[in-house]
Amino acid sequence: MKNVIVIGGGVAGMESSAQLADMGYQVTLVEKESKLGGHVDQWDFLFPNHRPAREIIDSLKQRLNYKVEVKLGTEVESMQRNNGQYAVKLNSTEVLHADALLLASGFDLFPAQKKEEYGYGIYNHVITAADLEEIFRSGNLRKVVSGNTHRIGIVHCVGSRDEKVGNEYCSKVCCVTGVKQAIRLREALPEYEVFNFYMDLRMFGRYFEDLYREAQEKWGVQFVRGRVSEASEDVKGNVVVKVEDTLAGRPMKISLDLLILLTGFIPSKGTSRLGDLLQLEFGSDRFLKPADEHLLRNHSKLEGVFLAGACTGPRSIAETITDARAAVLEIAAFFRDKVTVHE
Amino acid sequence: MNKFGYTISRDNQIDYDKVDRSMAAFIEKNEPTFRICIQCGSCAASCSAANFTRFSFRKLCLLIRRGLTDDVQKEVSKCMLCGKCRLVCPRGVNTRNIILNVHQALHKTTVYEL
Repeated sequence: MKNVIVIGGGVAGMESSAQLADMGYQVTLVEKESKLGGHVDQWDFLFPNHRPAREIIDSLKQRLNYKVEVKLGTEVESMQRNNGQYAVKLNSTEVLHADALLLASGFDLFPAQKKEEYGYGIYNHVITAADLEEIFRSGNLRKVVSGNTHRIGIVHCVGSRDEKVGNEYCSKVCCVTGVKQAIRLREALPEYEVFNFYMDLRMFGRYFEDLYREAQEKWGVQFVRGRVSEASEDVKGNVVVKVEDTLAGRPMKISLDLLILLTGFIPSKGTSRLGDLLQLEFGSDRFLKPADEHLLRNHSKLEGVFLAGACTGPRSIAETITDARAAVLEIAAFFRDKVTVHE
Repeated sequence: MNKFGYTISRDNQIDYDKVDRSMAAFIEKNEPTFRICIQCGSCAASCSAANFTRFSFRKLCLLIRRGLTDDVQKEVSKCMLCGKCRLVCPRGVNTRNIILNVHQALHKTTVYEL
């Protein structure tokens, strides 16, 4: 029986592992953390339908049950190709052998402290979108707002589309996340105003535009076009933001209870490391480069090494699942073609 | 005393902590589509008054929303209520009703009801 090692236990890795196992392959899923679920396991509710993130992870976990060997807290130390097989050495010193490798090592969030002018890690009331998800989950939202200004700001494109931090690409899902979080904030704190500071609103997905309209129409969320230039703290601990309201052609100053930074995607440490270990190619955005951007999106340039999910660039959950399934089909085709060649 | 021609220039910054947003609230209450403008500018591009004046319905709405209402009286008087903007608006904003409500809000301001 052919066997596949899937590296990364987020949505892409879990979905592809389950599918590969369903197709009858022997699958080992390697995850460096002590639990599965990746980033999505940290989120509270998902766009565009406010569905609990839990549901996705639970469902994926259920499908892995008994069919996939999951190795948690495990990292890949080296990968060697011998006679069409990959010998994968783990940090547990165990060596696994696989007929194909699937990299599903995903992304990291941009470290917000790198945009020092926004004051993350300096001011108490500047948090990231990921922090906010955690706050939503804990139910402690009222404890983190002071009630001084009754206003909350959300900054789009933090670490994305920004040459100053070396990330010129768009992280794609932050826009709609910002709209989703604005709505959630208005629901939870009806007496608060919410402001989204954006450069462009990229509502690319199905129902995203509806969500944007709902944010304006039902929840009165204010959208201010302009990139926040700096945040500071006043004596009361409010966050004071400066931004050009580019549509009014006037600079704007506004005090807020809380400032939320929509940090973008960067390639995860694992993605960079695995790419280096296998000497794969990287795109100009430092994510892994597929063999062909249109036709071979799940192939690396190495035979038997496949790619799925956000290791090849920012993606939504739905897109990641589609991509994971596509990778599974490519792997199946690879095995089938190999069999025909050998027989 | 010599006068050197120096004056204090008008502050260009929108200080959101100080602006008065009562007019925006009034219009929003009477014409909820005031909220859903996406600032595309098709209203201003199609405006027959804008051929001759610097009137921009888009900008008028935005300035009201930001609480900058000093020039509203002068601006809104340029509109001839032809309604072309309402035909082109991709979000279905009831532009004419907004103009009428701006007039009402201004009236209420002068009689201290707003």
